[in-house]
Amino acid sequence: MTKDLQIDAGGRLTHLLTLEGLPSKTILEILDTAESFIAVGEREIKKVPLLRGKTVVNLFFEPSTRTRTTFEIAAKRLSADVINLAVAASSTTKGETLLDTVSNLEAMRTDLFVVRHAESGAAHLIAKHLPPNVHLINAGDGRHAHPTQGLLDVFTIRRHKGAFDKLKVALVGDVLHSRVARSDIQALRTLGVKELRVIAPKTLLPTAVETLGVIPFTDMREGLDDVDVVMMLRIQRERMAGAHLPSEQEYFRVYGLTSDKLESAKPDAIVLHPGPMNRGLEIDSAVADGPRSVILPQVTYGIAVRMAVMAMILGGREELPGRRE
Amino acid sequence: MNVVIRGGRLIDPANKIDAKRDLYIDEQGFVAGVGEAPAGFNAARTIDATGLVVCPGLVDLRARLREPGFEYKATIESETRAAVAAGITTLCCPPDTNPVIDTPAMAQMIQSRAWRFGLAFIHPLGALTQGLEGKLISDMEALDEAGCVGFSNAYKPVGDTLVLRRAMEYCSTFDLTVFLHSEDPWLRGQGCAHEGEVATRLGLPGIPEAAETVAVARNLALIEHTGVRAHFCNLSSARALAMVAQARSSGLPVTVDATAHHLHLTEHDVNDFNTQCNVRPPLRAVRDRDALRAGLKSGIVGAVCSDHQPHEPDAKLAPFAQAEPGISGLETLLPLTLKLVDEKVITLTEAIALLTCKPADILGIDAGRLSVNDTADVCIFDPQTRWTLTAKDMVSRGRNTPFLGASLTGRVTHTLVGGRIVYEKPED
Repeated sequence: MTKDLQIDAGGRLTHLLTLEGLPSKTILEILDTAESFIAVGEREIKKVPLLRGKTVVNLFFEPSTRTRTTFEIAAKRLSADVINLAVAASSTTKGETLLDTVSNLEAMRTDLFVVRHAESGAAHLIAKHLPPNVHLINAGDGRHAHPTQGLLDVFTIRRHKGAFDKLKVALVGDVLHSRVARSDIQALRTLGVKELRVIAPKTLLPTAVETLGVIPFTDMREGLDDVDVVMMLRIQRERMAGAHLPSEQEYFRVYGLTSDKLESAKPDAIVLHPGPMNRGLEIDSAVADGPRSVILPQVTYGIAVRMAVMAMILGGREELPGRRE
Repeated sequence: MNVVIRGGRLIDPANKIDAKRDLYIDEQGFVAGVGEAPAGFNAARTIDATGLVVCPGLVDLRARLREPGFEYKATIESETRAAVAAGITTLCCPPDTNPVIDTPAMAQMIQSRAWRFGLAFIHPLGALTQGLEGKLISDMEALDEAGCVGFSNAYKPVGDTLVLRRAMEYCSTFDLTVFLHSEDPWLRGQGCAHEGEVATRLGLPGIPEAAETVAVARNLALIEHTGVRAHFCNLSSARALAMVAQARSSGLPVTVDATAHHLHLTEHDVNDFNTQCNVRPPLRAVRDRDALRAGLKSGIVGAVCSDHQPHEPDAKLAPFAQAEPGISGLETLLPLTLKLVDEKVITLTEAIALLTCKPADILGIDAGRLSVNDTADVCIFDPQTRWTLTAKDMVSRGRNTPFLGASLTGRVTHTLVGGRIVYEKPED
């Protein structure tokens, strides 16, 4: 069902809601397209005219600086007109509904919505009610999905590690509440990594997590043993209040990524983090700023990946750079 | 008006009848004869029931009519009209109206509104605690006198165990039945779907099975302690059902119902964030659904109900967790129960019993049977012809059901309440 919403009758990406069910062919096509956009960001004039005259609305029902900014930069480098709207969740709970807000903006002839919302399934709900010529990219819905983050993570892994089928990957941290974890897991499963692990205390692992196709570990060193890629997840500080965790100190002691714990991984293992990082909570500065870290390159790639997704959804395919010949 | 229903297959499980029998109804609205016409009976109206099933009017253990307080969703008039179009002649409504049914005046008002429209009968449940606040117990004796057939705190859990104990003791004093929704509010938390594989994949906050078993354990301990007669509304998990079955086999006076949709749907129907499947308790795993089905056969599940919760369309046009829970279920109660017959889970007679005499016995009311001199509440339906449920054809104000487009059997052709024909299916 999800697949039908995302891919139109011609097999073309019309929305990006989740990476679940997205064929590896499509994922690889997005990654290849993103490669061609990396160069755009290196130029002096960082702009291509692909989406000239298109209107992109960044519709954020949940605060975000980083993701919103990278979407904005991506759209601007494609020459689209971008509007940023931060809608306080409260104004939609009383009075105007989520769909009212979207319909109003749609009436202003928006071509693409980039939506972030605190509730799982919000992007699906909106996509179901959009007319065929209006598109949507999910920039994170509740705990469900953050597909562009998942794509930029696998893009990063491919750039630094090559073929997926040789890799052992571990995700560390709050899998229960993480949309990034779900999107990463789905992309990595589709791309066929050799082994996929999650490492967390049981309070932060969802029920039946193994049905996602991962091997759960509660011991950090065991879980990191011999892995090629370590993907850290952000810990929300409110997890202490929800009795998921006792204290920041205790979490850092057991699950914080330190150089010492990283020893268990392969010597050339890379470390990813979706940001923003809590230094001294889930990751030690020595690792975050160390030689294994690809955290800053992730941000750079994030723009190229978002340009690729926008271009594939909105632009004519034949116009993509590097594809004219 | 004297009425005869001729040529139908009469199924009256309470009287162990499943045979071709004519049914004679007198002017006062009572059954005058079964099989044989009483002396001097002159029918003013003959209903030809050839090829149709004639059974007692259905008794629905739980249906929210939304009046008073939520008339933008539905009204007593609209929903009793939907009920009789679905063969349901008796409805039991929970006390979470606004205002709450915690005064005799409110209980009487609801019944008299139903009387005024003259469609289905309504038996209210009274609030177990005043305002459903879980603090002070309500005037249960007076509410009983005013027609309440039992007492419930609806979806509001009674947090204070001592208050629950006292409420049960008080119920037990007057031989009243307590109706329990078993859900631990802390374990439920912000949950909106069964905590299992689908919620994990979709990132929906889960409601663990333990939210139900913990509450059932607490309720069973207090039932045993107080000796109150108790009905477990809508158990959703295999484990909770097993706990209640065991308690019953050890002699506790407990009964259980299942909703028609929980007997068919599972967590997998929530796929794609289908808000029509946001229900409370949540749709659980396949093995839970199968345990409920097995419970129909073993007898621990003593009734199938609609758990009717009509909503305005906007209530479901929201992200899954923010959609209001509930299904508009009156019009699928009989078809979904008959589907269990098609699927060889139960027999047709068992299906009718689960919708008529058995729920009537749980409520302790005279209904759900067609002996001579019983009130002639009758449902006549076509057991064979398939039809498709569409929003346009639904009578209820709420069209919120995941079964739109489903192919069903069991279309009601006539409904009689107290001998009056209150519904007749229009010609196709």
